[in-house]
Amino acid sequence: MAPVTRGFGGRQHAQQPELPPGQYLVEDFPVLSAGPTPHVPPDRWELTVTSETGEQLRWDWDAFHALPQEDVVVDLHCVTRWSKLGTSWRGVSLDTLLADVETSADHVVAHSYGGYTTNMPLDELLHHKAWVAHTYDDEPLSPEHGGPARLLVPHLYLWKSAKWLTGLTLTPVDEPGFWETAGYHNEGDPWREQRYWGD
Amino acid sequence: MTDHEPTHLTDADEAAVDDAYVDGNALAGDLLEIFAMDMTTAVGTCGGCGRTAVLAAARVYRRAPGVVLRCAGCSHVLGRIVRAPDRVVVDLAGLRSISARLPD
Ligand SMILES: [Zn+2]
Repeated sequence: MAPVTRGFGGRQHAQQPELPPGQYLVEDFPVLSAGPTPHVPPDRWELTVTSETGEQLRWDWDAFHALPQEDVVVDLHCVTRWSKLGTSWRGVSLDTLLADVETSADHVVAHSYGGYTTNMPLDELLHHKAWVAHTYDDEPLSPEHGGPARLLVPHLYLWKSAKWLTGLTLTPVDEPGFWETAGYHNEGDPWREQRYWGD
Repeated sequence: MTDHEPTHLTDADEAAVDDAYVDGNALAGDLLEIFAMDMTTAVGTCGGCGRTAVLAAARVYRRAPGVVLRCAGCSHVLGRIVRAPDRVVVDLAGLRSISARLPD
């Protein structure tokens, strides 16, 4: 019996122009983690934004939910080569969170419960390109996927979308984070395939 | 002793002698010996809590973009290994020291 094939077999990737180079499509949602999964109860969760002068904005769970909420559907691209298309999230835009922050800093470090960090230029978080998400597929974001709330920066590789987010620090000088100091690319643009140092 | 070794030391020369290094090529033999050993039986000291244990007793997280080694006592990151197509990056900055037994 002839095997059932989808399309042209080996040409599948070439037929998916929505995928960045070197990525393959998944239907499930793989869980990657560099350490134990923090379980932070929402009533003890907080998010801070700290400017380079030390000035700090702070939201608890209720205050965070009182901010304008946005629903977004985005594609995810993990540096381990899987991509997941059309994922649905609800959260707060970084444009909203950073609206009242006075800063001349050009860089941001995201800090997570558990100690994870990742860095990016401030500009990558603005202009409706990034959110702090608390709901995935109409359900509260599970701890495995970064709940209570995670950063969502879908136009960069997924390691930049820090799970278990608790702080954003604005810095005048770029400060490479957990993976960026250990061999991964400082910028991490999947469309330019910036996976590793030197890419 | 080389021809360049000063024969009479002034105070200024003494500082130069204290800084008498050789270049890193001299490490080739030491590093080859160390990195050819099975390091899982080496004893590491955690830079976070000071716990001392064989590396085999540490916790390894590999469902991640790289391999992460954590202290079983305090979860401090002891090391990270990232494998790119053309290189491997090893960071053991979280270990205060590693003690490996030499073969008999
Ligand atoms: Zn420890």
